[in-house]
Amino acid sequence: MSEEEIQRAEEERIEQAVETAEIAISVRGLRNSFGDQVVHEGLDLDVRKGEILGVVGGSGTGKSVLMRAIIGLQTPDEGDIHVFGESMIGRLDDEALAIRKRWGVLFQGGALFSTLTVAENVEVPIREYYPNIGPQLRDEIAAYKIRMTGLPTEAGPKYPAELSGGMKKRAGLARALALDPDLLFLDEPTAGLDPIGAAAFDEMTRKLQQTLGLTVFLITHDLDTLYSICDRVAVLADKKVTAVGTIEELLATDHPWIQEYFNGPRGRAATAAVSREKDREQTKAALSPSDGRR
Amino acid sequence: MNKAAELAEEQQDGSNVVRLSGSLAIACLGDLPDRLDAVQGPVGAIDLSAVDHMDTIGAWTVHRATKRLGCDVTGASDDARRLIDAVCHLDEPMPIRPDHVHPLRRVVGQIGEAVIASGANLMGLLGFFGATLIASWSVIRHPHRFRINAVVQRFEVVGVSALGIIGLMSFLIGIVIAQQGSVQLRQFGMEMLTINLVGRLTFRELGVLMTAIMVAGRSGSAFAAQLGTMKLTEEVDAMRTIGVSPMEALVLPRTLAVVIMMPLLGFYASIMAVIGGGFLCAIALEIPPITFVQRLREVVPITDLWVGLIKAPVFGIIIALSGCFQGMQVKANAEEVGLRTTAAVVQAIFLVIVIDAFFAVFFTWVGWN
Repeated sequence: MSEEEIQRAEEERIEQAVETAEIAISVRGLRNSFGDQVVHEGLDLDVRKGEILGVVGGSGTGKSVLMRAIIGLQTPDEGDIHVFGESMIGRLDDEALAIRKRWGVLFQGGALFSTLTVAENVEVPIREYYPNIGPQLRDEIAAYKIRMTGLPTEAGPKYPAELSGGMKKRAGLARALALDPDLLFLDEPTAGLDPIGAAAFDEMTRKLQQTLGLTVFLITHDLDTLYSICDRVAVLADKKVTAVGTIEELLATDHPWIQEYFNGPRGRAATAAVSREKDREQTKAALSPSDGRR
Repeated sequence: MNKAAELAEEQQDGSNVVRLSGSLAIACLGDLPDRLDAVQGPVGAIDLSAVDHMDTIGAWTVHRATKRLGCDVTGASDDARRLIDAVCHLDEPMPIRPDHVHPLRRVVGQIGEAVIASGANLMGLLGFFGATLIASWSVIRHPHRFRINAVVQRFEVVGVSALGIIGLMSFLIGIVIAQQGSVQLRQFGMEMLTINLVGRLTFRELGVLMTAIMVAGRSGSAFAAQLGTMKLTEEVDAMRTIGVSPMEALVLPRTLAVVIMMPLLGFYASIMAVIGGGFLCAIALEIPPITFVQRLREVVPITDLWVGLIKAPVFGIIIALSGCFQGMQVKANAEEVGLRTTAAVVQAIFLVIVIDAFFAVFFTWVGWN
């Protein structure tokens, strides 16, 4: 084989890997800084298709900055970002439009447009990207998207100011899901929710992810969320992704921050809750055959 | 995956079958929903066996068609079946906007609301004035609570920073009055009376009035926006819980600053306007500055100056209070900050002109013409 052929084969292999090898987002050598303060330096991260990736890190480690860099709200100093195999760096807004349609973003406070009702908020992306969808169908789509996030039908004609924090997040999620995205970015979705609301939100995220086959990039501080719905967790520390893996894999590393995070009092409580849940299921499973015998 | 969605009607086993193919995802739907709407029954089934990809919007399109035509779905893949089932459960009519009201009724309602709102507004402003008086009284009794730094800082923002724009504006207005006046007075051969016109008009009315309008636009709006934003971020509430009275910490320094700055700015504006008038007189009417000043001293009584200087602090109170009052009324969202800022400026200018009219009558009555 000539050198050229080898090179071509290699290129094809990479292309195929991107298409089939289940990588939704790939970040390489990312560097972000604000003035003198460097937030990221040589950051690498891969998000696989169809997984829920939890991103954790102390305050100020640039979790939100990483998300903003991926969705193009922040131009990085250096590095490469590929979403669905397409480079996002230095692209004009028009060029990136095709990719933009394939993701939905839930900002921390919901970021709903305050002059529009909840239903109109959900309609904005549809109206913007797909004018071919008629008004009747658009209204129906908005309605079922809002119901999908667990909001009651009465929430549709309400303005964001009339909603509680949890409802705003759900409405924001409905808008993020408006275009049936393949990729969903959630920025601290359970922050500021009560534990019941947070658990319900987690469960809904999981269910939607399974039904719609979503890839979810989830920034969180909530250990319960990490334990209950995340497939893998990426830890941001020392200006890069220090470790990626399941929680068990992370626990096996000896990075001090990771150990403190998962083995601190709150981390232990969350672990205990998960193991209690497992015990209960096992007991139930053990009891049910005896029920059958009776 | 990116094949456009297609639709074909076929005859099969004596019944009509709608065959969908391609990708039923939002990006590939095109005009398929409209074409599906145009299909007339009776339809036996909607066949999805040729569909290779589907999202929930495609599933919804199929679901609403089956509902309308009363037919079944055949040949759906597991994924498609799952999505259609998922959206099926969510099918409930939902209002998109608040209920529509007849325009006539809405207009009548809006007029009524506006009347009530402006009445409440005026009462609120009066109440706010009272609260400010109470706050000033408590500061007088406890002088250590007086925030001298805050007041001095406002002096700069309200007064010193405004010198440039107010000076330029007044200078130009002086020129305009002198020019327009001289054109009219020339017809009677009384060009010298231009000096009376410029002198008396600026000291009595225009100097202070134009300053008030400028300060309302510069500082009144800024007060409303600042306090409104502080209300939104709950800074005002935090202040209250710590035991700091927002009236004393926020409203009083601003009011005091404007009340003290208004006479100074008003006097400065009058002087600048007179200089503008004198400038035009020197150039266009060939009245030398010395003559201008001498004549000015003869024709402008000192009471004219008092009239202007007495009005200025009153205008200042109105401007500062409407700015702070509107800012403190912000409750819901960022949009309200904008609305309240506009309201503060409009209210301030309107009230200033109303009070000015009262003053005109009053000073005539006391004989200061």
